[in-house]
Amino acid sequence: MFNHFFQLRRLILFLVLLAGWEFASRFILDKTEATLLPPPSGVVNGFIELSASGELWKHVRDSLRREFIAFCYASVAIPLGIIMGCFKWVNEQVDPIIEILRPIPPIAWIPLSILWFGVGNTQNQFIIFLGIFFPILLNTIDAVKNIEPNLIRAARCLGARGLNVITRVVLRAALPQIVTGIRIGLGVGWMALVAAELVGANSGLGFLINDARTVLRTDFILDGMLSIGIIGLTIDRVIRYSAKKLMPWSRALNA
Amino acid sequence: MSALKVENVSKIFPAINKSHAVQALQDISLEVKTNEFVSILGHSGCGKTTLLNLIAGFEKPTSGRIECAGKEVKEPGAERAMVFQDYALFPWLTVRDNIAFGLNIKGIDSAIINQKVDHFANLVGLGAFVESYPHQLSGGMRQRVSIARAFAVDPTVLLMDEPFAALDAQNRAMMQKEMIRILAEESKTVVLVTHSIEESINLSDVIIIMTRRPGRVKEVIRVPEPRRMVEDTPSYLEVRRKIRDLISDEHDLSDVS
Repeated sequence: MFNHFFQLRRLILFLVLLAGWEFASRFILDKTEATLLPPPSGVVNGFIELSASGELWKHVRDSLRREFIAFCYASVAIPLGIIMGCFKWVNEQVDPIIEILRPIPPIAWIPLSILWFGVGNTQNQFIIFLGIFFPILLNTIDAVKNIEPNLIRAARCLGARGLNVITRVVLRAALPQIVTGIRIGLGVGWMALVAAELVGANSGLGFLINDARTVLRTDFILDGMLSIGIIGLTIDRVIRYSAKKLMPWSRALNA
Repeated sequence: MSALKVENVSKIFPAINKSHAVQALQDISLEVKTNEFVSILGHSGCGKTTLLNLIAGFEKPTSGRIECAGKEVKEPGAERAMVFQDYALFPWLTVRDNIAFGLNIKGIDSAIINQKVDHFANLVGLGAFVESYPHQLSGGMRQRVSIARAFAVDPTVLLMDEPFAALDAQNRAMMQKEMIRILAEESKTVVLVTHSIEESINLSDVIIIMTRRPGRVKEVIRVPEPRRMVEDTPSYLEVRRKIRDLISDEHDLSDVS
């Protein structure tokens, strides 16, 4: 009981701000200004309208599908990272390329990618791919390099060799940090996705908020923004939760 | 028959960047007979762990030759399983799967693996904990898992690198007693590296005392009543004094140099 009360208490400031916003939009701002900042109740109404017509779900589905497909491609970073972490000469060759490409934000690729792929799914997925790929790759390389050397030795002196060492020890020991890379990657990818959809798509949440701007539906813009935030948070939480469930030992490993 | 033979082994670590080349071991020869328990005793930095790493095959000797059961050691293998000071258990595997690790690699039938795991888990007194994960166990229990895991692959020589050094005094004494009990039930050839004189007297048939760097064999001592030595009896005290004198000799030498 006490705990629940405590949780609710954390919402006090949030609710006060919300009430202030509602009050300001209704009674302080004039009509034109209120169009630019609709009250929370207006945002909720907009949400009901958008979801009842099914439009919101269509955009959510398209954005999530792009994120998912891009993630499937970007997961190549896991085997690549393991190979780079295990074999010094591969790392030597690939590392300079990655060091040059990595600091270029995915968004900077948008103009080039529109010329290459045109406007649409492929271009969007390419931008998201760039956002997801590097965090996974860098975390995987780091994870492999930081494996406790005695774990590898233990495996070898119990008879493990070559591929067995990689599949039974390296991959498992690196897994918690690879998952961290996936979490960060999906987050960066999700941000890149919205940027890519703003300019180069005709569906998706990024498209929705840009499209709403052209028809001055500020409530839809805010609904779209909130959806982007809530979905991004949900993806992160789901991965964290499943990682905890699937790898109960991982906290001990990181300690 | 000798289970392990080390012949004129030297190890020099080459100079890296600004550091000098280090001669860790110089002309070491020793022989371990089947079912014999040999301790390698010396100050830290005397190269005793390096010697064990060479025997395990983690590193290669600069010169000399190591043979295990008549075959030259070239790489790590299950006939020389090691128990590490930091346990080196696989945290993502349960106790059962940790013990089964080497058996799974050999590709043994899973029914036999389960049977063996139960046997060795019981041998080290962890029969009730096979479904636990290592992080749920205490240090002493983890080291028991590590011992069971090494026993399970039935090594020709079991290597132990300061296995009880990370434990508190009570646990260390208990694990030594446990080790004696386990060896009584399941005889095994063991090479133990330690810096504890008492530990080496309690557990060994033979104690090899090493000099300071570069590590050489200074003296080989046979324990009068292996694994039945009672602390504070005259024979125990005599062996201990002898070893202590040999070791403290080393101390003085290094202070002068």
